[in-house]
Amino acid sequence: MMYDFFLDLFGNEILAAIVTGVTPLLFILLFVLFAVWLERKVSAHMQDRLGPMRTGWHGWLQTIADLLKLIQKEDISASANDKPLFNLAPILVFAGSYAAFAAIPFSSYFIGSNLDLGIFFIIGISGLVVAGILMAGWASNNKYSLLGAMRAAAQIISYEIPTILVVLTVVMITRTLNLHTLSEMQTGYIWNWMIFGGPGTGLEKFLLIPLMFIGFLVIYTSTLAEVNRTPFDIPEAESELVSGYHTEYSGMKFAMFFLAEYANMYAVSAIVSALFLGGYQSPIGYLGNLIGVSWLVPIEQFFWFTAKGAFFVFVQMWLRWTLPRLRVDQLMALCWKYLIPIAFVNLIIVGLITVL
Amino acid sequence: MKTAEEIFKILKDKFGDAVIELKTGVPVESYMTVDPLKIDEVCLFLRDEPELKFDNCMNLSGVDDANGKKEAQPDGTSNIVGGTLSVVYHLESVYLKHKLTLKVSTPRDNPQVKSVAEIWRSADWNEREAYDLFGINFINHPDLRRILMPYDWEAGYPLRKDYKNPEFYQGMKVPY
Amino acid sequence: MSFETNKSIEYKPVVKTEHMVLNMGPQHPSTHGVLRLELELEGEIITRVIPHIGYLHRCFEKHAEAMTYPQVVPYTDRMDYLASMGNEFGYAVAVERLLGIQVPERVEYIRVIMAELQRIASHLVALGTYGADIGAMTPFLFCFRDREMILSLFEMTCGARLLYNYIWVGGLSHDLHPDFVRKTRDFCTYFKPKIKELNDLLTYNKIFIERTANVGVLPLDTAINFGISGPMLRGSGLKWDLRKDDPYSVYHKFDFNIPVGEGKVGTVGDCWDRYWVRVLEMEESLKIIEQALDQLPEGDVTSAIPKRIKPPIGQVYARVENPRGELGYFIMSDGNVNPFRVKVRAPSFVNLGVMDVLCRGHMVADIIAILGSVDIVLGEVDR
Repeated sequence: MMYDFFLDLFGNEILAAIVTGVTPLLFILLFVLFAVWLERKVSAHMQDRLGPMRTGWHGWLQTIADLLKLIQKEDISASANDKPLFNLAPILVFAGSYAAFAAIPFSSYFIGSNLDLGIFFIIGISGLVVAGILMAGWASNNKYSLLGAMRAAAQIISYEIPTILVVLTVVMITRTLNLHTLSEMQTGYIWNWMIFGGPGTGLEKFLLIPLMFIGFLVIYTSTLAEVNRTPFDIPEAESELVSGYHTEYSGMKFAMFFLAEYANMYAVSAIVSALFLGGYQSPIGYLGNLIGVSWLVPIEQFFWFTAKGAFFVFVQMWLRWTLPRLRVDQLMALCWKYLIPIAFVNLIIVGLITVL
Repeated sequence: MKTAEEIFKILKDKFGDAVIELKTGVPVESYMTVDPLKIDEVCLFLRDEPELKFDNCMNLSGVDDANGKKEAQPDGTSNIVGGTLSVVYHLESVYLKHKLTLKVSTPRDNPQVKSVAEIWRSADWNEREAYDLFGINFINHPDLRRILMPYDWEAGYPLRKDYKNPEFYQGMKVPY
Repeated sequence: MSFETNKSIEYKPVVKTEHMVLNMGPQHPSTHGVLRLELELEGEIITRVIPHIGYLHRCFEKHAEAMTYPQVVPYTDRMDYLASMGNEFGYAVAVERLLGIQVPERVEYIRVIMAELQRIASHLVALGTYGADIGAMTPFLFCFRDREMILSLFEMTCGARLLYNYIWVGGLSHDLHPDFVRKTRDFCTYFKPKIKELNDLLTYNKIFIERTANVGVLPLDTAINFGISGPMLRGSGLKWDLRKDDPYSVYHKFDFNIPVGEGKVGTVGDCWDRYWVRVLEMEESLKIIEQALDQLPEGDVTSAIPKRIKPPIGQVYARVENPRGELGYFIMSDGNVNPFRVKVRAPSFVNLGVMDVLCRGHMVADIIAILGSVDIVLGEVDR
């Protein structure tokens, strides 16, 4: 594991821990730089535009320019704000999404902390995001922010239920909460992925395939809602609530929310791919194994994991620039009337199959 | 479909003196003059009478007739004293496809007209506009307050012919 | 000052303890300008909407009294700035009726072509921004891309892209550019598949239908009583179009349909119907443009422009079908070179009056959907 690797390298536990902790942050920052640029380009090309073209090749330096601008901006806070909460909120939101990265296995070696309760930890720690958003909405002392925060809290908490139900479905089959073990179980080829019934064999596997597809769709929809992306971007619906809970934020604090949003996008994509699409496992085997260079395998795994995550992030963008936005009651109806019952029935059937 | 003359006859039979006269021969449209304090009854009849059925008030506009006496002021401008303000109603029947123009005139010093906002809701905002810009008081209007000008505008009614811009509004210089 | 405040009618903001008052606008991304809506909410349910207007009041009517008749034309452009051609058209029709003059055929045809192109451009903005209000950004940019082509046609004709000063009393400021007819035909062929694209992307989108069907239903009798006109009235199911019902210019020579709302996915008169009527109207406008291009007569477009416009004492109310509804000009003349009184019956102004009725009992998000389907232009509401 990564911590042991750095411990061997530096011979100092504290240094090793810090380096282990900073690596995902580095990844997040780089990924966000890329994703923001990608979002602009994806939206632009979908809309018959070019998007940023002036800063570097096809505008790839645009995000860095934006970042520089955001750093320079004045940190505005209105006199009616609740200052401590107002300042704490963006940190809490970012902390929530950053902490989730601790248990995400980027490859068989690159995992911040190989927790036995990995997926459980991720779902738990994401709750911090809700607290942060509520704090931001309340402390802004703005009706639009408050409405946005209320909607966000209601939405995220509701959609956690179908997410957890689907996670439970998977866990029942694999009998582990550890994401690293879960990924290892899906090793081999593409048909060992959970979406194709997992590593099992025989009739059970074939029975599981349709159920797993349903589970995958449910969890993808509900994670989309958890990270407030269109068609579920109701908390920050700009045509209704200006920009929801972060209306009053500027400069770096706004950038923190922004960072957290994109980090979250990747985090949920990573969870979905770890649960259903083999995590860091390659669908076609490893070049490293083929030519006998064993250190190449984790790098290939890292590539596959990033690629899967980036693909799902791309799908999220694709949906965002295609679909309109639901209304808040329709959103709740979708969750409580459709996703949760489907997830429940799915859970029960999978449970019966695994028991029998 | 009825002509203005036929409608005038019907109204004259029904309301007598409240319907004052029918002006024809003026370019381009003829209009009927009505008593400003009876206009609501006339309009209600026009709307509900099956053979008239004026169900749509296309337009309602205030007019400053500027037919009073001009009094020169020391600063070179002039005020108008006396004379009338008018309200012109353009009515239409969507189903019978005929049109009618009504006009009421009311004294400039105390302009009072009965409101037709309860008869045609489209007249609601138009009457507010006429109140806002001409200072015509519409009696029985549900919500008569300024609409285009600021609610605390205190320099009079801008579309009157003798309106003068104030120098300051809320401490801000107006002709900036 | 002779002003007296009438105490009983002073404005008092309505505040009740159990209700939340949310102030939407004048600076808000989807009030389409500087409209301010005072919303009374119970949770997210709207109990009352009070529109406050006047933030863009530019005294058009006062200005017009100080101008000569031809000088008013550029001011009319600035009312409904998304349909400037229509505004000029209406004004020209009104003054010509007051003067009693006839304009050459060619002028009328060009006016009709311009007005119909403007209708398409205006509806494209309406439909695109409506999609953006509902949360779909992509149709918005598609619509603007196509509108841009119409603006280029206008630019080719008169040099301006938004405020044209093209249709004058008695004629036009310029004749058409030699390429205009060909380019307009090209545009018509280009644009037809784009309507289908818009339908696939937005109109029949499930989420879009969920958001707009059965929302903000406007019954027909309410609509007529409120003086609603244009696509809103047709969305409520009445076949009423001034181009057919009170023909002006040369519209009687063209063959086109009047689309009405049928409640295809919800109730007659809901937001989707109003949206759908606009989509269909674009197709009808294309039909009119093509017919007009085929029949376009030759002639001089400036010959009938009077040297000096001095109408007789009298009054006229002339109305045209603007993209947003019935645009009426009430012009009074006292025999001078400048109008005595110009009152504009602005369709947006009248249509906006029905907001409270449409919004009650809906949610905050529906306000956006309803306001977008009413399709107001604040320049025209405030004048």
